[in-house]
Amino acid sequence: MSQFKNLIILSLIGLSFFLGNAAFAQGHDHNHAGHDHSHAGHDHSSHAGHDHSAHAHDAGHGGCGAKHDKEFFNPGGTAFHHISDANVYSIGPVNIPLPCILYAPESGVDVFLSSKFHIGHHGTGHSAYKGYVLDEGRVKRVDDQSFPKTAVPVSILHEKEMVDGKKKSVAYACYQDKKFKLAAPSTADGGVFGGGITSFYDFSITKNVMSMFLVFAFLAWLFIGIAKKYRNNPGEAPSGLQGLMEPVFLFIQDEVAKPFLGDKYEKFNPLLMCLFFFILGLNLFGQIPFFGGSNVTGNLAFTAVLAIIVFIVTNINGNKHYWEHILWMPGVPAWVKTILTPVEILGMFIKPLTLMLRLFANITAGHMVMVIFVGLIFLFGQGQTAPSMGTAVGSTLLTIFMMAIELLVAFIQAFVFTILTASYIGAAIEDHGHAAEHH
Amino acid sequence: MVGSIAALGMGLAVIGAGIGIGNIGAKAMEGISRQPEAVGDIRSNMILMAALVEGAALIAIVMSFLVAGV
Repeated sequence: MSQFKNLIILSLIGLSFFLGNAAFAQGHDHNHAGHDHSHAGHDHSSHAGHDHSAHAHDAGHGGCGAKHDKEFFNPGGTAFHHISDANVYSIGPVNIPLPCILYAPESGVDVFLSSKFHIGHHGTGHSAYKGYVLDEGRVKRVDDQSFPKTAVPVSILHEKEMVDGKKKSVAYACYQDKKFKLAAPSTADGGVFGGGITSFYDFSITKNVMSMFLVFAFLAWLFIGIAKKYRNNPGEAPSGLQGLMEPVFLFIQDEVAKPFLGDKYEKFNPLLMCLFFFILGLNLFGQIPFFGGSNVTGNLAFTAVLAIIVFIVTNINGNKHYWEHILWMPGVPAWVKTILTPVEILGMFIKPLTLMLRLFANITAGHMVMVIFVGLIFLFGQGQTAPSMGTAVGSTLLTIFMMAIELLVAFIQAFVFTILTASYIGAAIEDHGHAAEHH
Repeated sequence: MVGSIAALGMGLAVIGAGIGIGNIGAKAMEGISRQPEAVGDIRSNMILMAALVEGAALIAIVMSFLVAGV
């Protein structure tokens, strides 16, 4: 049993770590059309203190960086930037560098700390290192042979350009008054979300991976401690943290595992508990104000890994009845079977797909709403004191209200993910006659 | 233009899910007031059903994101 549990934990961590960087394109410049130079502060809880009018990436670099005629605040672009992953952990004005592990077929593997980029305001690096630059927290590669591979000062520039008939923001690095086009990290989405294979791959310990490590370490400490207590004092009343976690654990076991899985619940208990507490921990970790606002469960790659695990576990444990109901539904006429079989096969994939999208969309929406509420200050304030202060009062209240709701959502989404997992597995392992289970 | 139509589609998807989840909530409240002792079962089934309805709307929303964004 404990081997199974360890395996699940390891695969969760390992797969998310691996895919979290190289998978879907989130925070790609292609995605947020209209992402221009004006942005609000760093993490979405600490905007208020930033001065926007003074912010220009490339002061003193005339030439290629002189296009700063108008700066509008763009709430959509700002929100996308703040919920996306980053190669730097920004807590308010403090930028904590993270290790970058980069691979480019041309230059091989490079491992260094992101402090090499001399991270400035907004997570944009002031210098290039080994042909890489830091653009709004994300590592990008200068896709040009003539660019120096040593540490040189650069500035980052975004320009609106027509790409494939659509207006998109294209990132450039400015070095000695020359523009060099930047390539975003490769993504495994096959271009569906605007990513695709570019000139390099990013396997770094990013902000999301770091948050995952922190939550993992916390959960391990919490539950190993509690498990020790149960082992050392069996039969005694729970005390301390034990008393805090036991009702939650029992709630999932009695309300989720037992009703759906029947007497086989013990086999799947570790999986369900891992899913519930890992999702809950990450949801709540992302809710801590002034702490980077990491958005791990709102990352498609992460939720996709969870959904793939659920898909594999469900189908490996599926019994004869499960496959019979998918491939050749008993008890219906043959012509109905020809319709039902494709639908059931589709359903097999749609179930984990909705599992993935539900968690992603709910958490992303929550984070986004909060950034946009804070962004209202800059939208209505327009850099002046009186309207900014007035809006700040309103949006602070709104943000606090939303955070309270998001606390509820953090629990509900972790619970929903677990209960749906249990119901999918339950449907696959159920022993029944040919009456039940038609969906 | 494509973006506006995608936004419309998003709104339509939300209307559908809203009606569905509203019905689930109303019936669950009714059930709880008729049988307060079954509140635990009703609540967890309500959340499960709401999550399933939401899934359909989410697929529509993501589809409209794809249409609008790429």
